[in-house]
Amino acid sequence: MEKRPNSFVVIGGGLAGLACTMKLCEAKAKVTLVSYQAVKRSHSVCAQGGINAAINSKGEGDSPEIHFYDTVKGGDFLANQPLVRDMCYQAPAIIHLMDRLGVAFNRSPEGHLEFRRFGGTLYSRTAFAGATTGQQLLYALDEQVRRYEHDGQVTKLEWHEYLEAVIDHDGVCKGAVLHDLRTGEIFTVGGDAVVLATGGPSQVYGRSTGSTVCTGAAATSAYLQGAKYGNPEFIQIHPTAIPGHDKLRLMSESARGEGGRIWVPKKPGDSRPPREVPENERYYFLEENYPLFGNLVPRDVASREIYDVVFNKKMGIVGEPMVYLDLTHHPKEYLDNRLGGIIDIYEKFTGDDPRNVPMKIFPAVHYSMGGLWTDFKDDGHGLIDHQSPRNQMTSIPGLYAAGEADFQYHGANRLGANSLLSCIYTGLMMGPGLIQYAKNQKKVFENVEPQVFEKAAHKWKDRFSKIKSMQGSENPYDLHRELGDTMMENVLIVRDNTKLNKALSMIDDIETRSHDIRCLDTTHWANPTPSFINQLNCMIHLSRIIAMGALMRNEFRGAHYKPEFDLKQPSDFDPHEYVDYMEQKNYGEVPEESFPDGHLAYMKRFEANNERWLKTTIAHYDEGKPNISYEPVDTSIVPPRPRKYD
Amino acid sequence: MTTKNITIKIKRQDAPDSKPYWQEFNVPFKDHSNIISCLQDIQRSPETSNGVSINPVVWECNCLEEVCGACTMVINGRVRQACTALVDKLSHPITLEPMSKFPVVRDLHVDRSRMFENLKKVKAWINIDGTHDIGEGPVLPENERAKRYVLSECMTCGCCLEACPQFSKDNNFLGAATFSQVRLFNAHPTGKYNQEERLEAVMGEGGIADCGNAQVCVEVCPKHIPLTESIAEIGGQTTLQIIKNLLFK
Ligand SMILES: Cc1cc2nc3c(=O)[nH]c(=O)nc-3n(C[C@H](O)[C@H](O)[C@H](O)COP(=O)(O)OP(=O)(O)OC[C@H]3O[C@@H](n4cnc5c(N)ncnc54)[C@H](O)[C@@H]3O)c2cc1C
Ligand code: SF4
Ligand code: SF4
Ligand code: FES
Repeated sequence: MEKRPNSFVVIGGGLAGLACTMKLCEAKAKVTLVSYQAVKRSHSVCAQGGINAAINSKGEGDSPEIHFYDTVKGGDFLANQPLVRDMCYQAPAIIHLMDRLGVAFNRSPEGHLEFRRFGGTLYSRTAFAGATTGQQLLYALDEQVRRYEHDGQVTKLEWHEYLEAVIDHDGVCKGAVLHDLRTGEIFTVGGDAVVLATGGPSQVYGRSTGSTVCTGAAATSAYLQGAKYGNPEFIQIHPTAIPGHDKLRLMSESARGEGGRIWVPKKPGDSRPPREVPENERYYFLEENYPLFGNLVPRDVASREIYDVVFNKKMGIVGEPMVYLDLTHHPKEYLDNRLGGIIDIYEKFTGDDPRNVPMKIFPAVHYSMGGLWTDFKDDGHGLIDHQSPRNQMTSIPGLYAAGEADFQYHGANRLGANSLLSCIYTGLMMGPGLIQYAKNQKKVFENVEPQVFEKAAHKWKDRFSKIKSMQGSENPYDLHRELGDTMMENVLIVRDNTKLNKALSMIDDIETRSHDIRCLDTTHWANPTPSFINQLNCMIHLSRIIAMGALMRNEFRGAHYKPEFDLKQPSDFDPHEYVDYMEQKNYGEVPEESFPDGHLAYMKRFEANNERWLKTTIAHYDEGKPNISYEPVDTSIVPPRPRKYD
Repeated sequence: MTTKNITIKIKRQDAPDSKPYWQEFNVPFKDHSNIISCLQDIQRSPETSNGVSINPVVWECNCLEEVCGACTMVINGRVRQACTALVDKLSHPITLEPMSKFPVVRDLHVDRSRMFENLKKVKAWINIDGTHDIGEGPVLPENERAKRYVLSECMTCGCCLEACPQFSKDNNFLGAATFSQVRLFNAHPTGKYNQEERLEAVMGEGGIADCGNAQVCVEVCPKHIPLTESIAEIGGQTTLQIIKNLLFK
């Protein structure tokens, strides 16, 4: 008799979903791969910068251990350390694998992989393929999966939407409810386990640097079914993006690095073209407020100042949320030489030439450190036991999460070029554990009572027919924009409890009004409107836990900037002092005079704050309500210490 | 802010086998509007310029950065991506139509699965021994890497096929994008091992011999992929393969 093949349902065809599919196929499993659109168009295609691995090809002394340290420090110690460490140790093998798959990584003179330096590290650790690393990585994995599809191991269901997990009487996930986005049919598929590799939720903020399908609806749906959601409030903002009516496009920070000046007209609402605003009527706020650094203040400071000028001082360009980033004082030749690539991007999407007119920019939501809570099993030596079925499992047995959809790896802030790594890493790493899980499950999905599947499908057929019959007065797309604007204005860079409270009541209001939506299109064929209404409902729930998490976390950590709870790090403080302090503490009393004035008091504040807040935020949906609780973080390898913000 | 309105005419089609029809819309023009933001405006107030309420227009998009290839459509008679089509750079009124060489799913959304099937036909992938750690990949000079890189940017958007006189709904011509992918994989040190299989695929019906060298494909490619160069190169490779076959088979 032929052995029963293990079979899995993978939702999402970005880097994480494709990597996982490839790994499972290699272990002879069958995979149903589900995606909203052709997998080759997944959001991962947008990543430009590169992917990290400490290969030390330039003899700078880089190592996975240093990569690990930089990552947990960059994330303000909010990441579970064995996972991060394992990821960093696997990174070189991952890059070599991607290279073997044909990714056109830039090469060194000798024909080996070329690496460059990226945001904040001292090492050349970032591999890149021109300016389209994400595209190249995604395509390479897509090609491998197509190979397995050709061989009959993968069934691709593109233009299908995941609606919910099918959960049996024992509380175990045995499949998924899917929605055919062309025929409108709602049906279920069974599997030994279901993997959600559905990407980030940036559409909760309306316009962002993310793709139009990054609604986070799939992860939110799992949360609404009872899966724990980790660290929802940690949202990374990029300081300079090109505002567009449809999207905010990333603008490299090198524009500031090359002498770009940031300003707004002094008179709020001034509608003159920028070059007609005389010099003395311009407010160069970074240069005025930070005489020393000027326009070169760090990322988070730049973001906060721009935000302050736009929302608190209401001085955005013609009342809109944007400021000028001016390069026009440079000669054209200089700009073409140094910034040609990004100048072209600006021109392509705005039609304006930054050589002649100042660019308009604004900070944009870029990445979510939060996501579905997932488990792991360490191997007792600070790495991960790759055979464990616990790895990447959500709190619903049999339901897994990977990539930007899970919450691990980045803590309170993501280190640049680490996200692509975490997506491929999780996809590959979870493979062996998934196979173990499939082998050892108590009951295979074929033996689950058919009613379980029927009931799940029925629930969604019913929900969609209710959506289609909605004849209210609200336009779902308008309401989405309103939700995004609310989040942008109140739950962005600078977090203030009064505003967070306000956001929460606005979200409640939007939720109430969402029951009065009109389903604009009630036809049956290829109709995206009912899906969107359902996704909007998910986005409302997700925005609520983002805002609640932010409100309750009364501290200032990583991307979560709450000025009220600034620990006031002395300007001459050196993080090593803290290591000394901890050592002295371990030996007994710390003499007051062993540290400069105010430093000991600061370190005590830091310690007390960590005692209270060095914890994962857990949002749990229970009896129709979100509950927030906290869970300890595994800091067993590197003891937390202050991060210096400069 | 002063808003003026612009007129957009959209060719609509409710289902694959239903008849297409035109509708006209007035949408507010804002600085730097692109076609996607206009379509989004129509979603927010779905009515024609005569005030008739309609179902919102259906189209495909994703990245909004001209890297995913999803939003390709025919704008003012020319095939291109809607996300980089800026309203103030277009002549008015603007017309939007679905690509004509692929089956329409609905409105501006077409089914391009044929392109992905073609990639299967020519085995556009590298056969690796496995995903386990067996160390570095092949050593490769930067200039060869750079040549492959240019080809690897193809986003399967279909512009080159839409423009090609040889590619039609009822034949099975593979098209420029596919030939270029064959070149990409044949140029890789490991990919080379399966060169023969790929060439066999482009030697058959709908293969490279059917290309009339009209060269319009290269003119419309948004990624500036040297398609005619690829066609010539693959033409050369197949000729050699044919000779080899004659001599050794
Ligand atoms: C502009 C930009 C630049 C970036 N640059 C970098 C960089 O240089 N380096 C770096 O490390 N990171 C970068 N990032 C971050 C990185 O690109 C993402 O975090 C990463 O690509 C996410 O991959 P993923 O596999 O988790 O999900 P995605 O690639 O988003 O894929 C999600 C998949 O799930 C599918 N899906 C979602 N919901 C459903 C549903 N309900 N039903 C069915 N299918 C569904 C989608 O169709 C898609 O196939 C960048 C991000 C942006 C926005
Ligand atoms: S050269 Fe002409 S016939 Fe050949 S693929 Fe290009 S457009 Fe088509
Ligand atoms: S070759 Fe160019 S035009 Fe053709 S599909 Fe690829 S990117 Fe599009
Ligand atoms: S939306 Fe991706 S190319 Fe236009």
